[in-house]
Amino acid sequence: MSLAFDPQRWWPAPLLPKGDGRDWTLLFVVAALSFLASLAAVAGLAGQRATLGWRTELTGSATVVVRPSGTDTPDEAAARAEEVVAGVPGVAQALPLDAAKTQALLAPWIGPGGLPPDLPTPRLVAVQLDPTAPASGAAIRQALKAAGIDADVDDHSRWAAQIMRAGLAVEIAGAALFVLIVAVLGAVIAFATREGLAARREVVEALHLAGATDGFVARLFQARFARAAAQAGLAGGALAVLVAVFIKLAGTGDEQLTALLPIAWTDLAAPAPFPLLGALVAAVTARLTAMSVLAGRP
Amino acid sequence: MRYGREPEVLKDISFELPRGSFHFLTGPSGSGKSTLLKLIYLSEQASRGRIEIFGQDIALLKRKDRPLMRRRIGVVFQEFRLLDHLSVFDNAALGPRIAGRRPADYRSDIADLLAWVGLGDRMHAMPPALSGGEKQRLAIARAVINRPDILLADEPTGNVDEAMAVRILRLFLELNRVGATVLIASHDTDLVARSGMPSLTLDAGRLARAPRFDPVGEA
Repeated sequence: MSLAFDPQRWWPAPLLPKGDGRDWTLLFVVAALSFLASLAAVAGLAGQRATLGWRTELTGSATVVVRPSGTDTPDEAAARAEEVVAGVPGVAQALPLDAAKTQALLAPWIGPGGLPPDLPTPRLVAVQLDPTAPASGAAIRQALKAAGIDADVDDHSRWAAQIMRAGLAVEIAGAALFVLIVAVLGAVIAFATREGLAARREVVEALHLAGATDGFVARLFQARFARAAAQAGLAGGALAVLVAVFIKLAGTGDEQLTALLPIAWTDLAAPAPFPLLGALVAAVTARLTAMSVLAGRP
Repeated sequence: MRYGREPEVLKDISFELPRGSFHFLTGPSGSGKSTLLKLIYLSEQASRGRIEIFGQDIALLKRKDRPLMRRRIGVVFQEFRLLDHLSVFDNAALGPRIAGRRPADYRSDIADLLAWVGLGDRMHAMPPALSGGEKQRLAIARAVINRPDILLADEPTGNVDEAMAVRILRLFLELNRVGATVLIASHDTDLVARSGMPSLTLDAGRLARAPRFDPVGEA
């Protein structure tokens, strides 16, 4: 029995045989790389946002520790400090913490009972700085000293610098991870191309004898691996986005987790270019590898 | 010509095929017929000596120019070398496809040629499902579809019946008539005698017999 075949509707079939088990292994590895890269990108953006938020909070505020001196009670000393600090140019607001709030801050170290009421504990004044032209710690310190108030000013610059360094380290690590993933992808594709050329040696030979150029043969592998990388990259990226959504939703309502990894919905678009990028890396690597291997054959 | 450190397969051979000529290449098994064809279709490189095709020394041919020369040479391999994952139609279309022609420009030619070699109702079939004779006819169709300037065939009638052998010979003669230089390696002495065409005879790697030419031009 012969099947109906209409030559006028014929369209060329792929010249390379369909994939086998090796292709599935390759797809899995590329999908895993895409998953890692996508997750790293989302985490990197969220981390960057967290660093920026912490830095803004720290550099936009200062804390004044007031020690009562002479006949001043702690509350009186704090009120005087508040008045002085509020008058410093670049200070938006100064707010003394009363005894109860101070006790609450110390509770983790001294327990819920608090300190004896007659113990002269220092008072804290929380200072909000003008974001457009913030006052420096030195200016506040100078003003307090001029008013004869015994106080220390912590403008959080030490913490801000540490957070900046930590943020920079995370960014460098993220970039290094990205370069590593691209390099691994290139190596995997190069290996797969060599394997493919060896496994399809008879096909390649037949094509060469029919007049195919090295470029023609290389294009077959280039197209196959670019398509595979795009598909696997899409699958890995989609899975990473799902995981990121899960983390975001799981963190909602938990201020600590949200503050550590504040994923925004827009961050989820970060992996979008990865399948295309993966396809590009795969295409270039496959072509270079195939051309190099074929150049060594008769 | 030798493979590695083996004894020479072909030695002291000198001949010239004029453009548009038709020859058989005969000789016992192991005499070097297939190796000689491989040298001509650029599958092997001579360990010594000089081979000119279309007036070019093939040893000096750049790698990028080899495919263009190969496209002018049609080859029917003894072992067929069909691509098992492609249909009969796709196998026959390999040459035009590699040459960069648009499918619409050669679909009909392939259908006609396959019908002519008796594979009209097997165009969708895959090579593993073909008989030896069908594979051979497909290999011939693939070799001639681009109307090559040189047609080489290694035992092209080895797996077909006498009627088909005569038909294939007529196809080769027709291609020769329109200008192709044809060289057919064959054991089929009846076919060689019936064709009335001259033969080159190899024996133990040497050219035992070659006709005198009145060359029109070298191929």
